Amino acid sequence: MYKQFDSADLAAIKSLIPSERVYSGDEINSDYSHDELGGVSRFPDVLVEVISAQETSWIMKYANEHLIPVVARGSGTGLVGASVPLHGGIMISFQKMNRILELDADNLTLSVEPGVLLMEISAFAQENDLFYPPDPGEKSATIGGNIATNAGGMRAVKYGVTRDFVRGLEVVLPSGEIVELGGKVVKNSSGYSLKDLLVGSEGTLGIITKAILKLLPLPQKSISLLIPFDSMESAIGCVPRIMRSKTIPTAVEFMERDVILDAEKYLGKLFPDKSADAYLLLTYDGSGSQEIEKCFPAVAEICFSSGGRDLLIVDTEERMESVWSARSAFLEAIKGSTTEMDECDVVVPKSRVADFLNYTLEMKIKHSIRIKSFGHAGDGNLHIYILKDCLDEDSWKKKLQEVFEDLYAKAFELQGKVSGEHGIGFAKLPYLKKEEAPAVWNLLKAIKASFDPNLILNPGKVVSGF
Amino acid sequence: MRILVCIKQVPGTAKVDIDEKTGVLKRSGVDSKMNPYDLYAIETALRLKELTGASVCALSMGPSQAADVLREALMMGVDECALLSDRAFAGADVLATSRALSGAVQVLGGFDLIICGKQTTDGDTAQVGPEMAEHLGISHASNVSEIISCSESSLRVDVNMGESSEIQEISMPCLITAEKDIFVPRLPSYKRKLKTAGADIRLISLNDLPDSDPKGYGLSGSPTQVERIFPPESNSGQVMLRGDPEELAERIFNILNVSKFI
Repeated sequence: MYKQFDSADLAAIKSLIPSERVYSGDEINSDYSHDELGGVSRFPDVLVEVISAQETSWIMKYANEHLIPVVARGSGTGLVGASVPLHGGIMISFQKMNRILELDADNLTLSVEPGVLLMEISAFAQENDLFYPPDPGEKSATIGGNIATNAGGMRAVKYGVTRDFVRGLEVVLPSGEIVELGGKVVKNSSGYSLKDLLVGSEGTLGIITKAILKLLPLPQKSISLLIPFDSMESAIGCVPRIMRSKTIPTAVEFMERDVILDAEKYLGKLFPDKSADAYLLLTYDGSGSQEIEKCFPAVAEICFSSGGRDLLIVDTEERMESVWSARSAFLEAIKGSTTEMDECDVVVPKSRVADFLNYTLEMKIKHSIRIKSFGHAGDGNLHIYILKDCLDEDSWKKKLQEVFEDLYAKAFELQGKVSGEHGIGFAKLPYLKKEEAPAVWNLLKAIKASFDPNLILNPGKVVSGF
Repeated sequence: MRILVCIKQVPGTAKVDIDEKTGVLKRSGVDSKMNPYDLYAIETALRLKELTGASVCALSMGPSQAADVLREALMMGVDECALLSDRAFAGADVLATSRALSGAVQVLGGFDLIICGKQTTDGDTAQVGPEMAEHLGISHASNVSEIISCSESSLRVDVNMGESSEIQEISMPCLITAEKDIFVPRLPSYKRKLKTAGADIRLISLNDLPDSDPKGYGLSGSPTQVERIFPPESNSGQVMLRGDPEELAERIFNILNVSKFI
């Protein structure tokens, strides 16, 4: 149904955008044909590096009139193939549209272009004694990508996810029109919140060209507690009680010894404690050490009565680095320990995390395959990795399919959702369709058609089965 | 065996402002922490304790709030600690500091091994440890990157000499300064915090020292005159490299290699 991109289209694009920012054929680096994990790859016909909403608008208008697919891309750090141009066409890269536009200290907002990296935003906020709480593991992701997937991260327990920190968006619609959604306002009851619909839409409804982010005052101190346990069950079992204790951690992560060993190998440096099989890593923030330390007795009582061996205190830059660099490297470390892997990023109610993890242990045995996991015990979002190791391609695909079927069926049984923070993209589309009731699925399709009647935006993703 | 670890309280962040007029660090309102290099010294002492059953004492010199780092040392596993504190020590340079510390070592008495961090993150001189050994008249080795073996009377260590390394056998009593990454420092334990909450910190003041003449300590005992302190210039120059990934990797490797980063 799409028009085959040809030399006339290339000439047209070059008439809209300076040719040094337009790449085609062999000029396109292979990085642009895949993301970090999606298991799918294809080159776009043309790659355009835009530097303004106006340029984006010109391209969209042309593509819409000529029925050429358009895929937006940030750093390409996605995990579900959302930025892979399944049908070729035009890829718009936002890596050069990366300016921090305005810090509004009165409204505590930061306006940015979509190509600014997450790590640049947190560093900039911090320099100004402010705080952008969303903290996904991949710090080199762009804010555009974070918004498009409604990225979560480790501080979601206390602060929420990306959607909670997006006040306003500038969006280019498929028609080429540039619209403002939301704004700097704190409250908004003015009709449907299209801004919130765009957050998490993975480039299928419109293209984000500017975001107004909400900031908070920077907490002056942050302390983590690394808590060794004899077993994963007792570690996870503590989490609901910690949450009930009203101590409000910013992060509750769980980790297993063998994933820590993978991270040590990957990073070439040692973790400060490996005495236990399982760990919880809690983080608290506040105005100072004394205030934060008031939480420790309550946490200690809960953990010690459930098999926790000690609370190891992570309270300086060096200690944070030694513990959190390992935590941040888990994904890459697991990747490095096998030939290929795929992931399941389900989210279940917090009270069902232990049930789901126990189920993954059963799956390891049932399917005789290596499965590793780590994740956000405090918000119910688990990262389960299924490892290919020595399997041949056919057995791998077959087994992966079977394991996924089981895992998602279990997640739905526990009232969970397909994706906590990585998105649906290409890889999880069949499971989203399975999860949603037909009436809901039809609504999703109708929303897509209403924004993008010609279905040119990121086809084959989220709801579009083309 | 008795081991002494010398530790220091330093500003909690490297981003400390300097008063350009007086040359003094603006410490007010800045969080303090243990000198990160001292964590390696403590860990080395605790590993030797596990190996030999030695007892470990931690010593710090500073104002009363320096007791915080001693409490932290207790939380990591040291057995006892002492704080050398007196107004007369204020403004001490490396010579006066090492003289005071070596006096405290004599007061505490009977150590087979003294371990210091290789330097501090505030003064950065790396001189206090070796100068203490000179005052005490004992052998010392700086920048020890590995403890190869430890007997009743001597220590065999690998010393990082910058461009090379040297294996040295040192008779006890002796002093070593521990290189970064000699071991991974353990994290302070909350259980030990509860256990050591009531532990005494022995206070040592000028009058307790074998030589209690104030002229030898603090500002008056310091030959070093600080003319000016200023933050180092930072270089934010950038070089843009273009090419295919393999070629770029090669060039980046060469640049890092020439600059001695790897």
